[in-house]
Amino acid sequence: MENPIVTPSELKTEEFVVNIGPQHPATHGVLRVEATLDGEIIKDVLPHLGYIHRGIEKMTESLGYKQSIFLTSRMDYLSAHINNHLCALAIEKAAQIEVPARAKAIRIIMDELQRLTSHELWWGSCAMDIGAVTPFFLAFRDRERILELFEQNTGNRLTMSYIIPGGVMNDIRPDFVPKLKELIKSIKDYRKEYDQLITGNFIFQHRTQGIGILSKEQAISLGCTGPTARASGLSCDIRKLYPYDGYEKLDFKEVIDYGCDNWARYVVRMEEMNQSIHIIEQLLDNMPTGEYRTKLKGVLKLPAGEYYQRVESARGELGVYIVSDGGAKPYRMKFRTPCYSNLGAVKPISVGMKIADLMANMATIDLVIPDMDR
Amino acid sequence: MIKEELKHYLEQTFPNSKVDETFDFPVLFITKEELIPVMKQLRDAPETKFNFLFCETAVDRNPELEMVYHLSSTYYHHDMMVKVVLEDRENPVIESVYSLWEAADLYEDEIYDMFGIRFTNHPNLRRIFLTEEWVGYPLRKDYQDDKIISL
Repeated sequence: MENPIVTPSELKTEEFVVNIGPQHPATHGVLRVEATLDGEIIKDVLPHLGYIHRGIEKMTESLGYKQSIFLTSRMDYLSAHINNHLCALAIEKAAQIEVPARAKAIRIIMDELQRLTSHELWWGSCAMDIGAVTPFFLAFRDRERILELFEQNTGNRLTMSYIIPGGVMNDIRPDFVPKLKELIKSIKDYRKEYDQLITGNFIFQHRTQGIGILSKEQAISLGCTGPTARASGLSCDIRKLYPYDGYEKLDFKEVIDYGCDNWARYVVRMEEMNQSIHIIEQLLDNMPTGEYRTKLKGVLKLPAGEYYQRVESARGELGVYIVSDGGAKPYRMKFRTPCYSNLGAVKPISVGMKIADLMANMATIDLVIPDMDR
Repeated sequence: MIKEELKHYLEQTFPNSKVDETFDFPVLFITKEELIPVMKQLRDAPETKFNFLFCETAVDRNPELEMVYHLSSTYYHHDMMVKVVLEDRENPVIESVYSLWEAADLYEDEIYDMFGIRFTNHPNLRRIFLTEEWVGYPLRKDYQDDKIISL
């Protein structure tokens, strides 16, 4: 009998499609990724969105300018303060409202604390996507303390809607500054723990170094911003390039890495946390006194025209494009969200990699689904 | 270049096109036939180097639709807007800028979904948020839906 041995060249594999999500934990929400695979190798990645599309842009057209602030809190729930800040800045610019110095300082402190919570949560979930469970609990433990501070001062934990046109909703509590000083001291201790646990971890380094390469040219072509683009050597920090609310007076570094891989994106975010702490420390010692809000009219009307405002959110350049017809409601309000642009990078950095690396790639790009869906 | 310089430069370089300005950026109005050559020139000319398409959207000016491209430069950090007015409301078609910026892939999917503007030479035009069988384009001003609850 003839031996039915098949040589490797005769072996055939066929591509098949795997749907990752919409309820997969590694997609951080409801994102469905249609991955075409050849064995374990990724051939194509196609994201499907819309599972939590709420039509925020359409809703703003039937609400006033002040009311639309509250919708922006729901866009990127991990950086609600920064979203509110964006909307407030755009309205202040168009209506030419002066903001008191105290409000500006409070806004920057809140923004940086928000960036800190967002990056802490990212650190935990990124490590969990790669296979480590402990960091998730540590991250939530530390994030909880900042959220408590938010709750005491703004009334909410996630959707604050605290920064409003003209200033902030209410003044910070008298014990805010001493409590924050104490908190920052302990955050610094925790940061050492993070490095011991994950940064120096051999397995983690092997899972991230040299994987998910996004070149600078690709990052520019894809419209990537934030830590994702800065890890590819693209200088795009809005706080440095187009400073707002007094960032120009503060001393901080724009963190840029030229590694282009998952590890570089990890390093950039970890260093950004240090920079955020540094910014807060500068403001805490000389908080301006005085008013925390400029009184505004009940119904706010913007002069007819078009306005664009941008801020640096935890994930990149967040922009709003307002078209006003002079009425009390915006004619069109378009939010340029960082995650929607960064999502485009998932395919080019994953094709040709193993399926397990797709999780690591999505984790280091730091996708937040409501930010994309809006 | 600052806004005034850039506006002056655009007036010199494109004498047949209308140049306007908004609160932040200069605006160049072009027709849809000259979209790709003008965009390519803006991207590659050494004076401008608008190599970063950071926002692409549309505005329903009822009855015409307006395409809005926000361009930025990673070399000079100046910004501008390019606008294309589409007269045909029933069947608006425009060339995709995917050949110049890969970011247009997702941006144009969203515009197609919300405004019904079709893009030629787009790699994979689909309704990215809504289902394929959804009737109407929600961000148009004349969109009607019985299920909308007014607050």
